[in-house]
Parts: sequence; C-alpha cells; structure tokens
Amino acid sequence: MADLNTNLAGIKSPNPFWLASAPPTNSGYQVQRAFEAGWGGAVWKTLGDPILNVSSRFAAVSFNGQRVAGFNNIELITDRPLEVNLKEIYETKKKFPNHAIIASLMVEPKQEKWHEIVKRVEDVGIDGLELNFGCPHGMAERGMGSASGQVPELVEKQTYWTKEAAKTPVIVKLTPNITDITVTAESAVRGGADAVSMINTINSLAGVDINTWNTIPHVGGKGAHGGYCGPAVKPIALNMVAECARNPLINVPISGIGGISNWQDAVEFMLMGATGVQICTAAMHHGFRIVEDMIEGLSNYLDEKGLASVNDLVGKSVARYSDWGELDLNYKIVARINKEVCINCNKCHIACEDTSHQCIDMLQDSNGRPYLRVREDDCVGCNLCSIVCPVDGAIDMVELKSDLPPMTWNERQSAIGLLRQRNTVK
Amino acid sequence: MSKVARISLQHLERNFEEIEPGLTNRQAIEEANRCLYCYDAPCIQACPTGIDIPTFIKKIASGNLKGSATAIMAANPVGASCARVCPTEELCEGACVLNHSTTPIMIGNLQKYATDWAIKNEQVLFRAGQKNGKSVAVVGSGPSGLSAARELALLGYQVTVFEAEDKAGGLNTYGIVSFRLPQAISFWEVEQVRSLDVEIRTNTRIGKDIPANELLKNYDAVVLAIGMSDVPKVGIEGEDLPCVYDAIEFVKETKKGEISREFIGKRVAVIGAGNTAIDAATCSVRLGAENVKILYRRTIEEMTAYEFEYEFAKQDGVEFHWLTAPNRILADKTGNVAGIECVKMVLSEPGEDGRRRPLKVEGSEFVIDVDVVIRAIGQSRRVQLIEEFGLKHNGGVVTLAGQYFQTSNEKVFACGDVVFGKGQGEAMVVSAAEQGKKVAIEIHRKLASETIATA
Repeated sequence: MADLNTNLAGIKSPNPFWLASAPPTNSGYQVQRAFEAGWGGAVWKTLGDPILNVSSRFAAVSFNGQRVAGFNNIELITDRPLEVNLKEIYETKKKFPNHAIIASLMVEPKQEKWHEIVKRVEDVGIDGLELNFGCPHGMAERGMGSASGQVPELVEKQTYWTKEAAKTPVIVKLTPNITDITVTAESAVRGGADAVSMINTINSLAGVDINTWNTIPHVGGKGAHGGYCGPAVKPIALNMVAECARNPLINVPISGIGGISNWQDAVEFMLMGATGVQICTAAMHHGFRIVEDMIEGLSNYLDEKGLASVNDLVGKSVARYSDWGELDLNYKIVARINKEVCINCNKCHIACEDTSHQCIDMLQDSNGRPYLRVREDDCVGCNLCSIVCPVDGAIDMVELKSDLPPMTWNERQSAIGLLRQRNTVK
Repeated sequence: MSKVARISLQHLERNFEEIEPGLTNRQAIEEANRCLYCYDAPCIQACPTGIDIPTFIKKIASGNLKGSATAIMAANPVGASCARVCPTEELCEGACVLNHSTTPIMIGNLQKYATDWAIKNEQVLFRAGQKNGKSVAVVGSGPSGLSAARELALLGYQVTVFEAEDKAGGLNTYGIVSFRLPQAISFWEVEQVRSLDVEIRTNTRIGKDIPANELLKNYDAVVLAIGMSDVPKVGIEGEDLPCVYDAIEFVKETKKGEISREFIGKRVAVIGAGNTAIDAATCSVRLGAENVKILYRRTIEEMTAYEFEYEFAKQDGVEFHWLTAPNRILADKTGNVAGIECVKMVLSEPGEDGRRRPLKVEGSEFVIDVDVVIRAIGQSRRVQLIEEFGLKHNGGVVTLAGQYFQTSNEKVFACGDVVFGKGQGEAMVVSAAEQGKKVAIEIHRKLASETIATA
C-alpha cells in the first residue's frame, strides 16, 4: 500500500485530505469526529473577533436535478469566543497528536492584531496558520477577508507581520475574486508565506425565487452576495492552482481547494501542483465518512500506478500546462462515430451543424437505417460532438498523423519575424 | 419480444447463458450517483450479511471499483453470486428509502457491476491472516461452508474444505440455474477463498472417503455445512420409470457442460411449486420442451417460490396448475412415461406449519399427457452423515446449542441448510453466507479463549 503521509511546508499529516476552514471545523466535537473518520488534517474555522451571524445562511444550486452542484454561503467567521476555540483546539490536538490542526485567522490589517492572535493560537499547540484573505462577504465590508486579499500590498504586509510572530508554518489563503491570482500569490511569497492555499469562495448569488422575487437565500426579504464553492467551481480552482504552480516566483507548496468531492478530484489537484487538498462542500453534503473512500480510492490508484508515495504525484502535470502560444498548431484530431455504439440521438449533428463546423452528416444506409458520419476533411477537432454525446464509446476523437513537423504559434511568429528581418536586410 | 420466443432449439447452450446483461458503465455511474448515500441506511439493515451498501455504491460513483468490490466481498464471501440470486426486492431494494420517493436503487445490479469488475480484472481482494496454529475442517463448500472458510482463513486458521463433488461451490456451482448464475461466478468466489491458503479437497466425501471421527480427531474444530440431499420420492406409482427425475439432479445436469437434446419437443410436468420447481420448469423450457406444467397441490397463496421467480416462469410459458396433486405416473407399452394421473384438491384447516392442508376431492381424477416428470417437493436430509458425527438432530436438522451454531458436540459447528428447520420456506444463499461468518466468529471465540486459558 502506498504511503499517504504528506508534508506541506513542514505541516505533517497522515494523508493529504484536510477539512477546509468552514462550518465542518467549527468545534472540537466536529474536528474530533472528522479525525476519527480518517481526515488527515483540519483547518479550524476562522478565528478572530467573534462576530454575529444571520439566520438563513446557505443555498445550493441544483443542476438538472443533481443536488449541490454548487454551494453558496453567507456565514461569517467563528461566532464562538476565542477562548472556547483555543481550549477545544488544545484538547483536540492532545487527542490526535498525529493529525494536522491549522488555525485559520482573520483580524484587522494591523501589525499588533496579527502578532497577538498568532501568539495566542500557537500557545495551544497548532501545527500551522492559515491567513484568511479570502472570505468575500460580510468581513470584506469591514476591510478584512477578500477586501485585504484583493490588495497585493496588504497581502504582503499582513503575511510579513504574521511571519514576524509565527513559529509555525504560515499558509496564505487567497481569494479568487481577482483578475490574476498569481499577483497576490507572489505578494504572499514576498511577505514570507511558507505556502499558499486556494481558492476561497467566489462572489455569488445562488438564485432568485421567481415566485416571491426574493433572493436565495434571503434574510427576511433581503439578500447579499455570498461565497460560491462546490463541484461547480472546481475548474476555476484547478486553473488557479496550476497557474501558481507553474509560476517560478511562487516557489512554495500549494494547498488545493475548490470543489474537490472525491479522490479523483484530489489526484487532479495534486498532479497540477497541490501538495495536499482541502475539502468542505462534499463533507457538508454527505458527512465526514466520505474520507474513507477518498483514502482507499487514492491508495488503490497509487498502487495501480506503481507509485510508492502520494508525494510522487505532486506537480506531475504542471509541465504539461502552458500558454496557448506554446501549443502545436499542426496537431490534428478528428471525430469518428462508431455506428455500432451510436444510438442515433443526433445531438452531435445538431451541435455541430448549428454551433460548430457543420461536418456531421445524417445519412441512411441501403436498408434505410439512419446513421451519422463525420466529414473528416471539414472537422476541426473541436470535441463538441463527443462532449454532447450521451453514450460512452460512440464518438472517438482520433489523432491524425500530420505531414508537418510540430509548430507552435510562438515559433510561427518568430519564424515569420526572422523572415521579414531577412527580407528587409536584403 | 418475449423470452419464450428467444429459446433456440438449434443452440440449446445459448438458452443457458446469463439473462441479466449487466449494467453498462454509463448506467452504473448514473445509478450510483442517484443513490442518496443515506446515513445509517435501511438497506444495510435489510441485508442479512450487512453489506455497507451506500459505501460500495459511493465507491462505484468515485471510480474506486476495487474498493467497492472489497466492501461487498468483505461482508459477504459469496457477494458476486448474491448480486444475482438474492430476492433483492424483499431485502435491500425493498428497504431503499427511494421506494417512498421515486424508485429504489438497483442495488443488486450495482453489486453485480462492482464484483464483475473484480472478476474481469482478476483482483485478489483479501490476504490470509497470520497463522495462529489452529486448524479447522469445513465439510461442504456451498455458501455457508465457503463463507466460514473465508472468515476463518482471515482470522489465521489453517482451513481445509472437504467437498464431495468434482467442483467446489455447492449450491452456487450446481444448484442455481446457469442463466441466473453462471458457474464462473461461483468458481471465482471459490478461488478467492482458495487464495487465502485454504485447501479445498474436492471429490472427497466425508463418511465414505474419510470417516467423520478422523476430522474430529485431526482438527481443532469442524464446520458442518453439508446442506441438503436429493429430492425424496413423492410416494406414488411409476416413480421408477425412466424420464422421472429429481429436480436437483436435473438442474445439476444442465450445469455440467454438455446440454442434453433429449428434451426437445417433450411435455414436462414438474411436481411442486418452490424455487427449485421453477428452476426445473424453466430449465425444461430452455432444453426445448414443448410444454411445461407445474403441478401444485395447494394454491398460489401457499407457493414458496419467490414472486419474481413465478413471474419469470410465466414469461417462459410455464403453466401453473393449482390444487392439483399427482396420483400415479402412467407408462405406455414400451415402459416410458405416457402421462400423470392427478386429482383435484381443496384446502382445509391450517396444519402444524400454519399452511392450510390440501384434501383430495374424491372422484376428480384426470390424466395429463406428459413425457417427463420432475419431482421438486423439497430435499431430504443427510441423516447418516449427521449421525456419523454423533450429533443430535431433529429429522436431519442439526440441533444447535443456543443460537451460536454449536452442535451437541462442542467441537462441531453447523450452518446453512443443515440447520435450517422445516416450514421455514427456503433458506437464502445470503443467509447461509451470514451463518458461515457467525460460525467463524464463534469458533474463533472458543478457540482463542482456550488458547488464553492454556497459556
């Protein structure tokens, strides 16, 4: 069985699955239940000056009947006194010395505030700190959370202040509500961050009730934007992790967060550079027990791949992620429809005909039976037909051997440039 | 198109291929994701072996098929067979909370999907426990014996299984019709047990090849999982004619490879209306019989066959004749079966077993023209072997000391059909598997405590 132990910037845990700072990690009772279920670590729900919460806090988005495709919340950081949280952290750490407990922190952007809270949480034996520069709602209106996380200077400065006082590793949790997350990630690194985690939630409004015209959720008839997470945000999060992982200036470990629901999602994040992952929505949907399959599924996968340790996955796909200008213009794939498997729903035809490149013909064989065929000369290999196809194996995207050597846009442009230069010289 | 229309007279073996095609990958993913993943789920309670059903389904959804198959087989050593033969609508699927909301999850089919994956990918799911120096003999390799052997091997016992037949697996190998349960599935389960360093000695009949007391002498414990024997005689004239069969033997013959062509065009009467009778009837249809009748002296209400088996037989074109008892089997001049004389019955007051007793209607005799008669009126008990072990029994049902599967000999434990009393309908494969597990735990409790006492 493969070794699942992970070490993220010095924070060790028996497996890469941590609970993210969120409602599941609100109390010692919950975190202890999570550790008993098998979670490797937990980022305690953000500590700071206790706040007041509203009632009616969560909403979820169903997609075609599938519940919790996306999840939205307007709950704030912990509403329990700091002393109570610290006592429970201490007790939990004592019971589970080999599991990672990370304290998520959020205070006003003042040096003494950061110094004070860092000292207090480190005194109870936590394994690391995570700076919450990401919450998009409520706290942001008070200049904290994503409000400070959107300002690169504030990220750097607050990280620096924390590092001045911290003895344990500091993770900076970044907000995705920004044009380019690598900018704030770089700021965190400049401030001395030992690791970065991403993504926090994305500004969202879960929906509007078309009967009452109220927002979803609403608090007595009024709503405010929340933070969006769950499976729907995974591709956004994965890109942000990958962009940071391939940025040479962001040379610290990454804790991946955003829509991770099972072991396969976790593998994707780790391949794209995450050293470990954090999970919340899937646990809120199904309970802590989901981690059992995450651990077993990951372990079986590693065995199947012949890998001795989960760490052998980290970053293995990063080099394969690049800029568009680095892609081979001469690489060519086309769609091929397998008549034997195709159920003749014609969805590929209409998708191609109306919205892509008009290369799938609806034909009839000599017995009058309908079938579909791709005109390969006209197919641009966009994948759309195989995406809308409801049957596994009915459409294959096959690679065509190219007569031309590989050439990227960047190579093409520099070749043209060279040619022009030569022509002008002549 | 009805199933009857698909019977091939040219290629009889095709009629015995597994009917249930199995879920496609897409079906399995969609169905697995439809499962609510209930907490403290009623389907788990409804499974006699307590398979953690939501967990194995979740693992299908996540793509952890090895974990899924392991979760199934850990709880039920014959879980691949049970996926096919369990009356799921009476068990897990009947308990699914979605019965109250939409439609229940296809738990049996998902279980088949996961175990099929393991079979296809030649997975070995378990490893033998560290040997503890104790040995156990298991007599019989059917569901309960196999289950006990598996659990004991995991606990570190040196297990030897003795099987009278040529192949191991018992009922699952020889007794369940191929089109429900192909032998390959049973063989895979046997191999899973064998891979745990369990020795399986086939063609070895205890009481004939090896005396019972030799096992009592040479092993620390003995598990008696010998099931039941052949179908007893009905006790009517003409039963010794050729073409009068024992249903168990009849089904077994269809599982031995070569499919006989001698039933093509024949008219068959099956006596009895339990699941074995249905098996004999549907096998007859698949062997090419022209007409198949089930004769039952009671009514549909008292029939012990599962509802789905009854429906299945009807779809196969099997005729059911209620309140019809055989009087005698008639022969033609050449000594072959020519017909069966029956008598009409009426039901009177309930008897000891709670079922209303059938009484003959005098003068109602009539003859049905048939070429083949198959008796399926229950199974006899292996009294002789039980007595050779010196065990107390009640008409061949081994008497247990309390509920812990220990027999009158404290070294001998019994499980499966051999402890299944009369009037309890038919024992399920899944119940037998659970009994095997429990026997293993009891043996372990007993032998482990002995070890501690002598240490």
